[in-house]
Amino acid sequence: MTVDLGYGMTLVALVLAIYGGAAAAVGARAGRPALVESAQHAALGVFVLITACFALLTYAFLTFDFSVRYVATNTNLGTPFYYRITGVWGALEGSIILWSWMLGLYTLILILRHRDSARELYPWALATMLGILAFFLLVMTIAAPPFQRQVPVAADGRGLNPLLEDTGMITHPVALYLGFTGFTVPFAFAMAALITGRVGDTWLALTRRWTIVAWYFLSLGLLIGGWWSYHVLGWGGYWAWDPVENAAFMPWLTATAFLHSVMIQERRRMLKLWNIVLVILTFGLTLFGTFLTRSGVIASVHAFTQGSIGALFLGFLALVMLTALGLVAWRWEALRSQGELDSVVSRESAFLLNNVLLIAAAFTVFFGTVFPLLSEAVRGVKVSVGAPFFNQVNVPLFLSLIFLMGVGPLIAWRRASLENLKKNFLWPVVLGVAAAAAAFVLGVRSALAALTLATTVFVGATIGVDFVRATRARLRVGEALVPAVGGLLRRHNRRYGGFVVHLGILLIALGVTGSHAWSVQTEATLRRGETAELAGYRIRFDDLTAVEESNHFKVVGAFTVSNGRVLDVLRPAKKFYPQEQSPIAYVDYRLGLKEDVYLVLGDFARDGTQATIKLQVNRLVSWIWIGGVVLTLGALLAILPERRTPA
Amino acid sequence: MRRLWRWLIPLAALPVLALLAYGFRVDPRDIPSPLIGRPAPAFGLATFEGTPLSLATHRGKVVVLNFWASWCQPACYEEAPVLERNWREYRDRGVVVVGVDIQDRREPAEKFVREFGLTFPNAQDVTGAVSVDYGVYGVPETFFLDRQGRIRVKHVGAVTDAVFRANVDRLLAEPGSP
Repeated sequence: MTVDLGYGMTLVALVLAIYGGAAAAVGARAGRPALVESAQHAALGVFVLITACFALLTYAFLTFDFSVRYVATNTNLGTPFYYRITGVWGALEGSIILWSWMLGLYTLILILRHRDSARELYPWALATMLGILAFFLLVMTIAAPPFQRQVPVAADGRGLNPLLEDTGMITHPVALYLGFTGFTVPFAFAMAALITGRVGDTWLALTRRWTIVAWYFLSLGLLIGGWWSYHVLGWGGYWAWDPVENAAFMPWLTATAFLHSVMIQERRRMLKLWNIVLVILTFGLTLFGTFLTRSGVIASVHAFTQGSIGALFLGFLALVMLTALGLVAWRWEALRSQGELDSVVSRESAFLLNNVLLIAAAFTVFFGTVFPLLSEAVRGVKVSVGAPFFNQVNVPLFLSLIFLMGVGPLIAWRRASLENLKKNFLWPVVLGVAAAAAAFVLGVRSALAALTLATTVFVGATIGVDFVRATRARLRVGEALVPAVGGLLRRHNRRYGGFVVHLGILLIALGVTGSHAWSVQTEATLRRGETAELAGYRIRFDDLTAVEESNHFKVVGAFTVSNGRVLDVLRPAKKFYPQEQSPIAYVDYRLGLKEDVYLVLGDFARDGTQATIKLQVNRLVSWIWIGGVVLTLGALLAILPERRTPA
Repeated sequence: MRRLWRWLIPLAALPVLALLAYGFRVDPRDIPSPLIGRPAPAFGLATFEGTPLSLATHRGKVVVLNFWASWCQPACYEEAPVLERNWREYRDRGVVVVGVDIQDRREPAEKFVREFGLTFPNAQDVTGAVSVDYGVYGVPETFFLDRQGRIRVKHVGAVTDAVFRANVDRLLAEPGSP
């Protein structure tokens, strides 16, 4: 019953999406608004149907309806309530529903916002959105149907992947997918611009804010993913250059490049071609990411979900890329630049360099990710490149990017005079150098750490200089301090939103540097009552207890942490799930601004007299999360509608 | 010349697409078991009915040793009828199918055996020792043993008719001395 209903609704939604896409395209071509209106109704219908599918599947999860194969595979009678809800998108089939639902939602917002504002572009954008939505519905009907019968009906299900039983998993996929699907809207407008030949400023203005929205969610998704990795996986890291992480990182890089280069087009009518290619590339990379995650072509620790949908996705990726880039070639003449670069020392060239670096980073990440495939195709040997490759290539790129973050926003457009340079950069440079010197005096001997510190301080100072100067200008007109700052943020929200994002990146850079340069770890086997020591902390093994949970069995250790005085009792555990071959570690930690104490329980004696622990003192990691919050707040500020009227 | 040149942009996507398509031809998880060619580790279990079950009883036969669990969906549910069907077809030709239920509780496992009407010997590996000996990573995994009791093939994932027949026919065709 559930299966028939769900599958039926999916089919109807597919037909509606195909009809809507075609109607919008024909309506746009023939200039018949009635058809476009009909496409809008179809889009609404599609959204309602997907919502119903989603609700139905959630209901099946909540009621343990094991006649649905997807439910039987991803939940069992012991799965707690919350994880029965997140289990809905815990694997391939359900993620595709979530994905389609978000795409449907974005389509509706697009209709509501742009129905009247962009008459020429809008129908084509709508047609593109519905076409892409139709593809995902096709996946839901033929390649990865969530509504599939389970015969015979199982008495109990398999259960969710235990690693996904975490609160981070409620938000991480949602944010990530909102980011991924969000890039469809800019792409749809890019296609509309190419098809209509209106490659001027309208599509760009429409696209920029949509890109920030998608970028905001993608950043959030990446950060929550890092947090999940740090506090669940138990290896003490937050980023491993795993193919799936890379898959989410690459569109982030290209989208970041676009958010910067778009300013050059707005100001100087340059880089039209480049911008449109960046939008296409970003969307293509989101599809590539999904392909990578879901097809199982490249082995990954994230192989939560695999399916036979690889070929379908690859076909679609090929269709999208060849069509879009073909259109670019077709509109080649219209995409030529009108402006020219005046000087190497100018904001344009700083932004251009920023773009080159971001694309270089995206390319190296791409290259490293597909390298196992490449080496197997060319040499017949499977060789994967690990974190050292990515770090070695990307660290200089990112350091240069951070440096440019200080230069770009302040340097003059067109041609910077010596006066301009001195006015903006003298103090930041002095402060940066002083910071490096201070670090050296304080005993920092890592050149990389010192360099990062200097760059970070330099950039932070440029932001400070700009902000103080702008506030002072307002104070001089007679405004009070608080309204002056508030008005500044509100009126130039795009500029200062960008600055706040930059501050967030600086904090993240500090956290990454600190955790790489100064973290320490040790392993120890302790008898009850014995202590291990690391970096001034003493960890005493108190006892070991066994606990039976609804869907697993766990062994919990108790360890007292002290540094002269007792700070905390940490309780790391090992969880044994019947459906998993190896136990799952449950990390316990004590977070701090300066350092985290991070404890993982390893082997233990059955009688509870002895336990092996992995103990880490991770430095400055919390700044990554703080920087993440700052970054997303900045993005939110930048998304706010611009107000040109006096505040 | 300029006209042609611009079409290079879409063409640039082709090599990448071709590389990804190539990816379908290889399985990244295909890591050979070190046990291939070695004598199958011995074990002594009791079937759900309570009769003793060990490999020694079946010496000289081709053994299909299947590791499963009642919570393993959908793969174990797909292969259970396949195993039963082929067991009935091959049992008189010197082939035995042995099922080992791992990481499971007793009632759902018994229900599984009952529902699929499995007639080949099935036992529960209560301590997990057998699955450790065979290096079982996940369920289902199936080992094909030749008449000398050596592990010849390890199959990961659901067994299909084609997989069963191809392996068993090949092992049956080999000259066997007990």
